[in-house]
Amino acid sequence: MATEQPSGSAPAKAALWRRPVFRSTVFQVLLVLGVLGTGYYLFTNTLHNLEQRGISTGFDFLSVEAGFGIVQTLIPYDETYTFGRTFLVGLINTLLVSGLGIALATVIGFGMGVARLSSNWLVARVATVYIETFRNIPLLLQIMFWYFAVLQPLPRPKQSLELGGTVFLNNRGLYLPSPVFEPGFQWVAMAFVVAVIAVIFMARWAHRRREQTGQQFHTVYYSLGILLGLPLLVFLVAGSPLAWDYPALKGFNFRGGMTVIPELAALLLALSIYTGAFIAEAVRSGILAVSHGQTEAAFALGIRPSVTLRLVIIPQAMRVIIPQLTSQYLNLTKNSSLATAVGYPDLVAVFAGTTLNQTGQAVEVIAMTMGVYLTISLTISMFMNWYNNKKQLVER
Amino acid sequence: MKKFLATTSAIAICAVISTTAFAGATLESVKKKGFLQCGVSTGLPGFSSADDKGKWTGLDVDTCRAVAAAVFGDAGKVKYSPLTAKERFTALQSGEVDLLVRNTTWTLTRDSSLGLNFAGVNYYDGQGFLVTKDLGVKSALELDGASFCIQAGTTTELNLADYFRANKMTYTPITFDKSDETVKAFEAGRCDALTSDQSQLYSLRIQLKDPSSAMVLPEVISKEPLGPVVRQGDDEWLNIVKWVLFAALNAEEYGVSSKNVDKMAASSKDPNVRRLLGQEGIKGKGLGLSDTWAANVVKQVGNYGEMFERNVGQDSPLKISRGLNALWSKGGIQYAPPIR
Repeated sequence: MATEQPSGSAPAKAALWRRPVFRSTVFQVLLVLGVLGTGYYLFTNTLHNLEQRGISTGFDFLSVEAGFGIVQTLIPYDETYTFGRTFLVGLINTLLVSGLGIALATVIGFGMGVARLSSNWLVARVATVYIETFRNIPLLLQIMFWYFAVLQPLPRPKQSLELGGTVFLNNRGLYLPSPVFEPGFQWVAMAFVVAVIAVIFMARWAHRRREQTGQQFHTVYYSLGILLGLPLLVFLVAGSPLAWDYPALKGFNFRGGMTVIPELAALLLALSIYTGAFIAEAVRSGILAVSHGQTEAAFALGIRPSVTLRLVIIPQAMRVIIPQLTSQYLNLTKNSSLATAVGYPDLVAVFAGTTLNQTGQAVEVIAMTMGVYLTISLTISMFMNWYNNKKQLVER
Repeated sequence: MKKFLATTSAIAICAVISTTAFAGATLESVKKKGFLQCGVSTGLPGFSSADDKGKWTGLDVDTCRAVAAAVFGDAGKVKYSPLTAKERFTALQSGEVDLLVRNTTWTLTRDSSLGLNFAGVNYYDGQGFLVTKDLGVKSALELDGASFCIQAGTTTELNLADYFRANKMTYTPITFDKSDETVKAFEAGRCDALTSDQSQLYSLRIQLKDPSSAMVLPEVISKEPLGPVVRQGDDEWLNIVKWVLFAALNAEEYGVSSKNVDKMAASSKDPNVRRLLGQEGIKGKGLGLSDTWAANVVKQVGNYGEMFERNVGQDSPLKISRGLNALWSKGGIQYAPPIR
């Protein structure tokens, strides 16, 4: 350090280029310039090359009419919308299958992870077989399997399996009645919001009361009662402002109602069963990481096994599980791009597939697609890190 | 900012682009490496498909072979890159292939904004519909509300949308990446009809387990001129591919075939034939090829009629009639500028 000079004599001035501060500054500036220069060179070189080859650049194509149809759209879309809209349609379809997949995989994973550690021989073996089978078969094959082997042998539309004339199942999908909201339904929705708020306050009150007096209060039953009862009451008072649009066979296919297309079902099944197997192992590792003494202590206090698992083991296991869970969620989201193999219209199939090919603007389209996956992944990561911090061991 | 993101993330693509040949250099680089890298389909009988020994055949494959015959005097000096519809243009733009002959429709967008040039038409096609016979449909106009299996990234997708919009009908598109997935889904009953270029429909039909269970509807809903594609900015290479096609057509017109080409070269007095076979006139000079370039094409691959009949016509399982693809003098629209 500069302050620790030998006392008495003034420090000898070193040559400028031998001073550490000067040297480190120079080298860092050079490095930054080098990186920026390389980046600038690649950037201009790309533009130059694209121009030289007569390949159009820029994002003008996003406002050009797309002119092709998409099988599943959650937002209004038809051939007259723009390529920019196809981006949104694909993005929403990707988010749909990823979101549902994450929820389903988590449920399957936790169930199977706990089951593999079960003291019941049969339950444990079934879970083991499930995990070892689905973890070790390539995902693409599993998607194909669910699509071609399981869903396609369903009957044709004219021989549909039906349930009470309102729900139909055939090889074109699962057809369900869709709700049509009539004027007055907003009161029901408001009643539901009020019920939710009421339940939150009740839960807080019950928690406080238990901490102060030790008295139990069956929050679950009362919550269900309020959540269902209040909106139902308003619904009846408002004169049942809800109609159903039933699917009906017209021509070749069913029209009306809602459709769950087999592509979505196949992809969802494959993604959640595949990822579920990995989550199950993560859960198992988390549970095994909790000292067995915790279980024994809980049992010694007379706590039931199910309650022990829920209140003693899982909360501690979560600290080990969450980081692995994050990776699996990210994997599932990224794997959803295999959708294109079975014709599910996700972002890669619609935007990086058809749109790319119709416009030919590969650089822009691929960059946007990569940007989307990066954003989704970072968002999941951020959320899971936040959750992880919340669940960290709090030492008092 | 968006542009910046786009381009920086494309560094990988461009690193490849910047190392590949520029204008005028394709012929040079092809000659230097000693073979032609040709982009073809992943498997479409009649146009480009590989047998169990890996040998490629088809009309598109023959076009590749004809170019190799003109450049090297050896039709065998071709390596094939099977490409999906989605990959094809990028593969050509990046220089991965020298020539793309993948039943590709010539459109304004593709010709003007992809940095590519179409070198002619080796097959005049149009889009049609394949349906199962038990559907009981006789015309495409009865297909209101039907669902369609299609291959992603094709003009087919756009034509289908246009046709149904024009006729105020509704439809559901199910889009697949590869043609065999499309056929599998159609066979499994996922869709009521499969739509594609008519030539492909015949070719896909014979891939079905029971070809007689399906039929091609009479309607043709679009123009699909299919042809070889090269990179823009290399006029020399464009000329070669263009004139190889024209040579095959001219050969058919003048009655020169792979069987009689040697005899014709030795004894024909017809100046058209003599110019074609490099006996007189400009020969191969303007194209930068050997004088016998066209003779090599005809001898090793055949004239256009031979290529057609062998791959998609009467000598093939597809049995497609010449129709629009007959010579202009025989009622079709295949017409080549003169060689002189």
